[in-house]
Amino acid sequence: MALLTVTGLGVAIGNVTPLDGISFEARKGEILGLVGESGSGKSLTALAVMGLLGRIGGRVTTGSILFDGQELTILAEPAFRRLRGKRIALISQNPMTSLDPIVRIGAQIDQVSRLHLGLSKPAAKARSIDLMQQLRIPDAETLHGAYPHQLSGGMKQRIVIAMALAADPDLIIADEPTTALDVTIQAQIIQIIVDLVRDRGLALLLITHDMGVVAQACDRVVVLYAGRVAEMNTTQAIFAAPRHPYTASLIACIPAHDQPEGTLLGIPGTVPGVLNYPPGCRFHPRCARAIDVCHAEVPVLQTLTAGSVACYLQGVPA
Amino acid sequence: MTPLVSLKGLTRDFASGSGFLKPRRVMRAVDDVTLDIPRGSVTGVVGESGCGKSTLGRLVLRLLAATSGSVTYDGADIGSLPPAALRAMRRNMQMVFQDPYSAIDPRYTIGRAVMEPYQVQRIAVLDPKARLAELMAMVGLNPGLAASYPHQLSGGQKQRVGIARALALNPAFLVLDEPTASLDVSIQAQIIGLLEGLQRDLGLTYLFISHDLSLVRYFCDRVVVMYLGRVVEVLPQARATPRHPYARALMNSHFEPDPARRKTVQMLRGVIPSPFNLPPGCAFAARCPAATALCQTDRPALVTGTDGHQIACHHPQG
Repeated sequence: MALLTVTGLGVAIGNVTPLDGISFEARKGEILGLVGESGSGKSLTALAVMGLLGRIGGRVTTGSILFDGQELTILAEPAFRRLRGKRIALISQNPMTSLDPIVRIGAQIDQVSRLHLGLSKPAAKARSIDLMQQLRIPDAETLHGAYPHQLSGGMKQRIVIAMALAADPDLIIADEPTTALDVTIQAQIIQIIVDLVRDRGLALLLITHDMGVVAQACDRVVVLYAGRVAEMNTTQAIFAAPRHPYTASLIACIPAHDQPEGTLLGIPGTVPGVLNYPPGCRFHPRCARAIDVCHAEVPVLQTLTAGSVACYLQGVPA
Repeated sequence: MTPLVSLKGLTRDFASGSGFLKPRRVMRAVDDVTLDIPRGSVTGVVGESGCGKSTLGRLVLRLLAATSGSVTYDGADIGSLPPAALRAMRRNMQMVFQDPYSAIDPRYTIGRAVMEPYQVQRIAVLDPKARLAELMAMVGLNPGLAASYPHQLSGGQKQRVGIARALALNPAFLVLDEPTASLDVSIQAQIIGLLEGLQRDLGLTYLFISHDLSLVRYFCDRVVVMYLGRVVEVLPQARATPRHPYARALMNSHFEPDPARRKTVQMLRGVIPSPFNLPPGCAFAARCPAATALCQTDRPALVTGTDGHQIACHHPQG
């Protein structure tokens, strides 16, 4: 059963509409990848689910976000505050800015379970140390009293993950959790996150622009382009037979094992800004396979035998 | 054929912390690097942050002076050149920087930025307009952008400007310092494709610095792996399988865009030693799964095999 169901979500900031018609669902025990280039609307979708659009002057204009039976688009802020951090947690991109530099890291993790679970100080500390050990942080008891600047980037990101887990959430949103880290550390953090979701039966929304990370970690994938869903399917199906030309191009951007020279092409052009969304399919100016109808008519997201795609080519191979 | 660039025992120290009652501490950012860069080749330097790869790039162009060792360009020792001769020599060797946002003066138009090298070198151009149009076309920029300012360009376009100005004086040798690290994957692939084409068409020689081993293996002819200032492995063919445990860990940290090739990430234990206080043995010993007592005490020398494969390890893999 779906824990989070987003249907026809539209988001406006001022009088522009960066997101429209976003639909997907996230299930328990499953990692759902949200992929696309910068400017495709991945982080904005996350903010909408977290009820944080107001912070950037945005609002939900259409559609619904259903979390465990509760409609989040009409939820009042005090009720949202009880949800955020407790049942829906966020792991943000930059661990350097998600931690308070003048508070000991242990106190920052303790705070979450004291606030949301009402634990006493010693109980919260014991819980935090246990979490730190589960995240394979060496010498957790000593580090509980350390300050963020004493830790490496990878260790800081583990602390941020510990904070996200401290109140036992059901849904975790990880927004590019490894982009700010070194390569060997990136791989380890992804591995830790995957193991956690599997062990605890959490639902995870993993936001990334890296199809390599998607292939490694995700069960299902939603591909966003310029504020719309381009394609949605299981990870196996998306990589075996991408149905949207954008999905195929994104996959082709990562050098594969022994990829021949001169074959890494990228995608011409860039994602259009919200003020320059083209008519028709928003990908058509960059699409090598665009036909006349793509320039004029918006393709509808159609559910096929498995997965769905918003493309007039309907997944006919090139 | 003599190599275009030749490094011998190149070493650079940085000092810090000296003050009243505070001893001067020295870190060796680049430690005894000896390397030949053949004409028309692409040599990749790969490693994580703090391994000295960017410092190496700057030493090669003498943007930084070496503490000891030498850099020979086309037979001339650039360390002993007087300033005027060095300036003239720099026409042949240029750099493309990691961050195109800060590499271009925000108050310069694109046209002025691309033509700036001529101004710096006080070279008169017969037909500056035609040369500008030619350079912009070479890097795939619309010549109509010449009157624009950097803030009007996307990250990928700015990096193309960075490449165009590096090419302005017809250099033979380019140091590319993580030219795609701050770009989206789709744009990264575009830029790599552009650099491949330029190298082939103009017969350029590249030193390509990156943290991404898969990109280096795709793009380069051979690969130099660095860890904490030292060269730990040199692969004479970029696609040869690395044998140093650190290079193996780097390779294992890359996720293929293929769910059938998922991998189990091995957790590296231990911490990266402080560059101010390197252990007497192998710098990677504390994190290495294959380390023995010998690795803690004896620093492995860089040994060259019959096939030109160089490795500094007591226990090479495979």
